[in-house]
This record gives sequence, structure tokens and C-alpha cells, in this order.
Amino acid sequence: MSAPLLDVEGLRVEFAGEPGAVAAVDGVSFTIDEGQALGLVGESGCGKSATALALLRLLPAGGRIAGGRLRFRGVDLLELSNEEMRRRRGREIAMVFQEPAAALDPLFTIADQVGEALEVHEGASRREARKAAIALLERVGIPEAARRADSYPHELSGGMRQRVCIAMALACRPALLLADEPTTALDVTVQAQILELLAELRRELGMALLLISHDLALVGASCDDLAVMYAGRIVERGPAARLLERPAHPYTRGLLASRPRLDRALAAGERLAAIPGTVPDPRAWPPGCRFHPRCPIARESCRSEVPALAAVASSAVHVAACPYADEAAGAAR
Amino acid sequence: MRASEPAPLLEVRELRVHFPLRGGLFGRARGIVRAVDGVSFSIAAGETLGLVGESGCGKTTLGRAVLKLVGVTSGSVRFEGQDVLAARGAKLLGIRRAMQVVFQDPWSSLNPRMTAGAIVAEGIEIHRLARAAEKQRRVAALLEQVGLPADAAGRLPHEFSGGQRQRIAVARALAVEPRFVVCDEAVSSLDVSVQAQILNLLLELRERRGLAYLFISHDLAVVRTMSRRVAVMHLGEIVEIGPADEVLARPRHPYTQALLAAVPRPRSDGEPPRLALQGEPPSPIDPPSGCRFHPRCPLARAECRAAPPPVRTAAPDHEYRCIL
Repeated sequence: MSAPLLDVEGLRVEFAGEPGAVAAVDGVSFTIDEGQALGLVGESGCGKSATALALLRLLPAGGRIAGGRLRFRGVDLLELSNEEMRRRRGREIAMVFQEPAAALDPLFTIADQVGEALEVHEGASRREARKAAIALLERVGIPEAARRADSYPHELSGGMRQRVCIAMALACRPALLLADEPTTALDVTVQAQILELLAELRRELGMALLLISHDLALVGASCDDLAVMYAGRIVERGPAARLLERPAHPYTRGLLASRPRLDRALAAGERLAAIPGTVPDPRAWPPGCRFHPRCPIARESCRSEVPALAAVASSAVHVAACPYADEAAGAAR
Repeated sequence: MRASEPAPLLEVRELRVHFPLRGGLFGRARGIVRAVDGVSFSIAAGETLGLVGESGCGKTTLGRAVLKLVGVTSGSVRFEGQDVLAARGAKLLGIRRAMQVVFQDPWSSLNPRMTAGAIVAEGIEIHRLARAAEKQRRVAALLEQVGLPADAAGRLPHEFSGGQRQRIAVARALAVEPRFVVCDEAVSSLDVSVQAQILNLLLELRERRGLAYLFISHDLAVVRTMSRRVAVMHLGEIVEIGPADEVLARPRHPYTQALLAAVPRPRSDGEPPRLALQGEPPSPIDPPSGCRFHPRCPLARAECRAAPPPVRTAAPDHEYRCIL
């Protein structure tokens, strides 16, 4: 097998805090191959967004990469100068955010914003950039793109704005697109359209995708592989279909079991299988396995020993950070 | 559309909420937003009606209109036989006590300067339900009932997590012993693992207290879990209403079918997406002629443009507005 497009190893992201730094991401490793779609799933505060921003070296003030390696096409991104990193951003790795309204500049037309990347990165002339921008807007499904090109962001709906953001991200045909909750602010019907668009573009451009979401079903429907994060760490990783059918980590199992179901109503007196407790605070991660205070099968050793990712049922591709994962999966079957 | 059932708890008839759209130099009306446009339904005591639809379909406005929190253009709302919209003074206060609401955002719906205890006690004070010692006892019992720690009463909203804040909002609604609660996207801003806890709490309260809910959500699976009956709203109108098992398993209206098709689920390779909707919700300012769904409907015919669709019956108590 050839080297992966992106190889993240032991990533640690810290945020300045009182009394000391807080590790929002604590030893995260994964790879993405050319053209592959990886879904990164987890609840608020689990470190999934910080992971994406670290890949771009765009952490907000107070945040820093405290450890690990980020190799993109064999080059360690952490060793690049700011200027070298800036040239890769947008051109090789691009990003789409949750709030398209915040990602667009209200003072520039959408054609200007989409064309800007081409002028900056590819040295296109203004006219060329505008022409290419209109073609991109057409490609992402903006109706009457030539006429709408001179619209300002506020004149568009949320779904249309997200399409513009995708056009911007795709302007330089990046090899990897990071999408952080790209459809969370949108209606379900529009969400389905945007996901379909991302899938089409991925096939067309051979682009890899890191899709970040709190919604397991959504990433499961759009990605080849899934990684589940909890409290700053990846607790389970594997092919999407396998992971959803045979979840191994008690947290993944709990997330799936607690979901309201569309195909079945609750019987009288029946309850959802909620996970007790709340997501822990990064300032006070529990010791040992960080899920142990909420885990239905936790044992004494879980309070002190940090579980490593290990093969589930001798699988070569499916790993979970729980020594009792096989047992739990077997017992539930 | 109408519904049967003898003497419902809540009965809404031909409700319309139109807002003037102002703009320009002198704030002249430029048009009318038909947020709710001729909606009828009823809810029995102890029953939950789920209300689904995309943003802008009017579901939030409908929830507020039922509670008399927005001005109503025409139509009627009757609660236990009383005319809610005409009620004033003591009568309105009595109705307000019986009808409560839990909003989506637990960050903006709680006063940041009031302790959880004071927030929950406010309703008890307004409705003069208990005096000092008894009031404290009730507040403590309510906070315990929604699963908050014993010391919660003295703490301010910012000291709680999102899920805990939503529990405070539920305790506040319950404090005045309502018989009907509007839940407007009450779990939408919560993490998946916490969402299930709050849904379980609402289920338990319904069983223990016989509460009826109007449960508004964009999430069809959440609505299926909570509701025996479901109404689907599109551009100010209810386009389909009936038992949840019918509407969500055998949807008749193309819009309901499209909403269900848009729910992300793992698809096997090569399987084509079903009935994908083109375009976005049209504007309630100038709704399309005929069937308001026709510009986005994959099955639309010429006659759909001409006249509003008839109300059809698919099964007892399952109605939809479509010529097909």
C-alpha cells in the first residue's frame, strides 16, 4: 500500500487555562488515504473541531499543538514555516465550517470570494478568476450562477451560502477537504443535498474528506471509515458499515443505543437507553479510561489504566480502546 | 383538516397568523408573511402531537399562537372548552397556568441573574400556589424530580451544563402543574447522549402527570419516539396529519416522503436516493399558487398549480392534502 495522504500521529492540542494548560486533544492518531472519506464523530468538547483546526495550524488564540506529528504527502506540516503552511492551506487542504454566514465576508460578492483563492494561489487574473468562479458556483448548484455571481452573502439562503463556501474550498482542487459540521445549521432536506454534492465532488475530483459531526448516522451514510472521539481521544475506529453494525466500545454502543429510532415507536413505559451522566470537562478528564464514570461495564482497573486501541475480534481494520470490548459486543448479541 | 376524538384538551380551528412585512423609508407594509395559514388540529388530554417541518414552515409560530404569545389574525384556540384568544385577566392567568412551554435554547431562555430555585419558584409566586416554606419544599421536589442535584436551587444558570439547564426549564414549566406543554425543539441543542436523558424525562412526566405535549421538532426520529400522532407542516399549512405509525411509516404526501428520504442512513452502493427534494423552501411571503409544495414536488402535475389540493383520507384519522 502507498503512503497515506495524511498521517496524524499522537496529536496533542492544548489550550491555555487556569490553573494549567488543558489538553483538548490528547494523543490522536489516524490516517486518510487519497480519495478516502473519514468521519470523525463525537459530542461537544470531545476535541474533534480542535483536531481539524490543528491540521490547518489554525488553532484560535490560546491554543497550540503540544505534541505529535502531522504528515501530509510525507511532509511534516509542523516543520513548515508559516509562509509554506499558508501556501498549502486552501490549495492542498481546504476547510468548510458549520456557519457559512460567519465564513463569508459580508462586504464582497460571492464571485469575488470564490475567485480570490485562484488569484492568490494560482496567480489568475481578475477576469480568469471571475470566469472560473462562475463555473464553480454552477458546479456546486447555485441556480443562475452568472446572474447571482454579484450577489452578497446576505442575499442568499443558508444552504446557498454553504454551497458558496464549498465552491471557495474547491477553487484550487485541494487533495483533502475538512468539513466541520457542514450541514448542522441547515434543514434536513438541504442537508441531504449538500451531502450528495460533497459525495459527487469527491468522486469527480478524487478528493479525500474528513467529515466532522456529532451525528453518527450522518457520517455513517457519507464516509468510508469512522473514528469516534470521546474526551480528547479516539476510542474506536473502523469501516463505517462494520462499526455501525458491530460497535465495540461501550461509548459507541451507548451512542447508537440512545438514538431515537425512526423505524420503531417506543412501547408503553419503554425508555431510550440513555448514557448516564454528562460529557466530562476537559479541565478535569477522569483518570484511566475517560468513559469509566458513565460506562455500564466499567471495572476497577478502568479507573486507573488507560486503554490502548486494540483489534476488535481479531479484525485488521476495526479497533477499540476497551479491553472488554469483545466481551461487551458478545454479551449484547 | 379536522380530527375526531370527543372533547379534546386543545382544539385549534382555522388558525391564521399573518405578519406585515415592513421595509423601506417609512416602514410601509411591503407584503404579508403567512406564517400560519389555516391550521386545524386537536390534542386529547395526555396525548402528544408531534409537529415537524423545515425552518420557516411556521411550526414555532404555531406553537406560540396556541399559547397566545403572538397575535393571531383569525381562527380559534380552545383549551378545555375555553376560548384562549378571547381570554383576559384572571381567566387568561388560569389558562397560562395550565399551558406551559419549553424552548429550544437553554442558554437564552433562563434569566442569567436568577438562581435555578428562583426561576422555578417564579411561576408558583405569580399564580400564588404556595407560601414561603411550602414553596421552597415544592421547588426542591421539582428540581429533584427532573434529576438535578440537591444544591441546584442556589446556583445560577451559567453553573449548569446545557442538559441541566434544559432540566431547569422543564422544572419551571412543571412548577405550575400544567396539563399541556409546548416543547419547541426542546432537545435540539443538546448532545446526543444528553438528548436521550431529557426525552426520557419528558416521557416519564407524561406518564406520571398525564401531560399532553405539542412536540415541535425538525428531527423525525425524535418525533416518532415522543408522539402517538404527527402533523407535517409546510409553508404555514398542515399537509399531513395522523398516527405516527401511519404518517412516518406509510407517508402519503410527497413532502412527508421527501422529509423521510432526506434522513441520513447508510445506503448500499449504487442505491439511488429516493425522492430527493430539489430547491429550498419557498417564501411564506408570496406562497406558490395551488398546492404550495408544487414547485418542489417531484410528482407535480399541471392541476397542482391551479387549485389548492383536496383533503384526502388514507386511513381513519390519517389525512393529507394532495390530489395524488
